[in-house]
Amino acid sequence: MTDTNQTPAKGQDFESSLDKSDKKVAEFEHRRKGLVDGLQHLLHLNPTLVPVMVLVVSVLIFSLPMVTGGKFMTMFNLSLIMQQVSIIGVLAAAQSLIILTAGIDLSVGALMIFSAVVMGLLGVNLGVPSFIALIAGFVVAIGGGLMNGLLVTRIKLPPFIVTLGTWYIFLSVLRLLTGSQSIRSQDIDAEAPILKIFGSFISIGSARITFGVILMIVVFAVLWYFLNKTAWGRHVYAIGDDKEAAELAGIKTDRTLLTVYMASGAVVGIAAWASIGRVGSISPNAFAEANLQSITAVVIGGISLFGGRGSILGPLFGALIVGVFESGLRLAGLDVQWQVFAIGWLIILAVAIDQWIRKVSA
Amino acid sequence: MTTPLVQMKNISIAFGGVHAVEDVSLDLYPGEVVGLLGHNGAGKSTLIKILSGAYKADAGEIWINGKKVDIQSPRDARANSIETIYQTLALADNLDAASNLFLGRELTTPFGFVDDSRQEAETRKIMARLNPNFKKLKEPVSALSGGQRQSVAIARAVYFKARILIMDEPTAALGVHETKMVADLITELKKQGLGIFLISHDTREMMELCDRVSVMKNGQIVGTERVEDVTEDDILSMIILGKNPKAAA
Ligand SMILES: Nc1ncnc2c1ncn2[C@@H]1O[C@H](COP(=O)(O)OP(=O)(O)OP(=O)(O)O)[C@@H](O)[C@H]1O
Ligand SMILES: [Mg+2]
Repeated sequence: MTDTNQTPAKGQDFESSLDKSDKKVAEFEHRRKGLVDGLQHLLHLNPTLVPVMVLVVSVLIFSLPMVTGGKFMTMFNLSLIMQQVSIIGVLAAAQSLIILTAGIDLSVGALMIFSAVVMGLLGVNLGVPSFIALIAGFVVAIGGGLMNGLLVTRIKLPPFIVTLGTWYIFLSVLRLLTGSQSIRSQDIDAEAPILKIFGSFISIGSARITFGVILMIVVFAVLWYFLNKTAWGRHVYAIGDDKEAAELAGIKTDRTLLTVYMASGAVVGIAAWASIGRVGSISPNAFAEANLQSITAVVIGGISLFGGRGSILGPLFGALIVGVFESGLRLAGLDVQWQVFAIGWLIILAVAIDQWIRKVSA
Repeated sequence: MTTPLVQMKNISIAFGGVHAVEDVSLDLYPGEVVGLLGHNGAGKSTLIKILSGAYKADAGEIWINGKKVDIQSPRDARANSIETIYQTLALADNLDAASNLFLGRELTTPFGFVDDSRQEAETRKIMARLNPNFKKLKEPVSALSGGQRQSVAIARAVYFKARILIMDEPTAALGVHETKMVADLITELKKQGLGIFLISHDTREMMELCDRVSVMKNGQIVGTERVEDVTEDDILSMIILGKNPKAAA
């Protein structure tokens, strides 16, 4: 106790004294390392920085007259991109919830179609009141999420395997239910037009803002709020970070995981409803690549596949990047395969950055 | 005689074939510091993790304040006013210090949202007491040094005013100055009447801080002695030989 008053005055702990000698020995090395550390640190604190930069730069490039002849940067085209990414965007939000807990959901696409098919079968083919059809669709979506969640938390199976299994199961059941038949647009209009509500739009100049686009933004805003402002959100991040530590901190990790899977299912239900408006009809064979596209948006959006890190807003930017590349390259007259090519590299880049952040911070 | 704060009676646990803890009994009184010593793998952490609710014992009983309790989870331990600093710290790396401090017990606004500003203010207060050099309140704890992370884990255990405190190698990553502050903290908490289980490999430090020390080897207690009745060498030979020289004499 004798030295307590002199020690703080010197401000000495091991690190600060080490710091000082470091600086003397290799000032330059230190500064360079400082810059790299600083960048890494910045990315760690702002996981959406990279996707936002990629989005802004790609929008700027595609806006150049010599690239797209001025066809890209129009209100009409920008609003069209928003429409095109709206369904994958909402699915990516559902996917993000699972990935934040260090899981992955391969069943979101199939569950979305399953849910949409149930809405259509009941509301259109069977003439059940629309709101009951909608509720049934949401029950299917939330129930599917619950099923995934129970298998992950109770039977302790890896999410990858569980959702690979349920992907097949959901697809087969929905095809059995519909006999692989689509539900036609005119029939929906006649029997249950409310199912197509998210295809409606308001025009502002040449821009067409569909309700589906507004819905996507609302979904991200609400999820952002819950993930960042509630104890539940804090727990979701902690579980993805280190489930055991979260449990030791007194969090009911399995119960929280179940709520995450159910919330994700509810968001899939929203995507299902919105998809009817976007496509017009309900096809059991639509959105075949939706699972991978949702994962792509999440990864490009800077959410770590290892869980616990990233902003829920990232996947919104991720989905927009995909949409901007697709539109821009098409308007530039290039083969759409170049978009696929570019997205492939973006995924690899995003994961490489994530690894880098993990390595230095570990 | 006062009622013991904690009585662990004939505790056993095995992992597969490994008997990590075998028939161990240990008690702790208010205002007392009991030290656990022993080689790596002796079973110290496993024993206290049974008390903290991280593991469920295969056999044995835990009594708190003279009443038998059933501790199934870390939440049950907290409900019995037991706080733990784990050897692994058990922090969520991507959350900042305040979020870790209040993890699972967030301070909320009347609307049910996390009250970040109050959490931060409280964290600032307790960190000022534990580690005045600690400035990185907004950083994810993965960006902190080992010593700073340890301070966060200590703050979390101390903040909630437990009556029973478990400290598993709390100073392993700390500098000289912070180690001293933790020692002072232990002395202060002891005066307030807390019971503390302290695990450390530093025999000298243990002789200074503890009232009694228990030595473990291969999951069993070699012996429990009051520090004034033994020398540091006695303790060392208990650790190394796995025999209590006093009991043999
Ligand atoms: N979760 C577990 N699964 C399997 N074996 C375990 C587990 N936890 C501990 N053990 C084993 O139990 C024994 C006691 O380990 P424990 O961590 O309690 O030792 P310790 O005394 O705390 O050692 P140290 O001083 O290194 O911290 C070891 O043989 C260890 O390998
Ligand atoms: Mg240990």
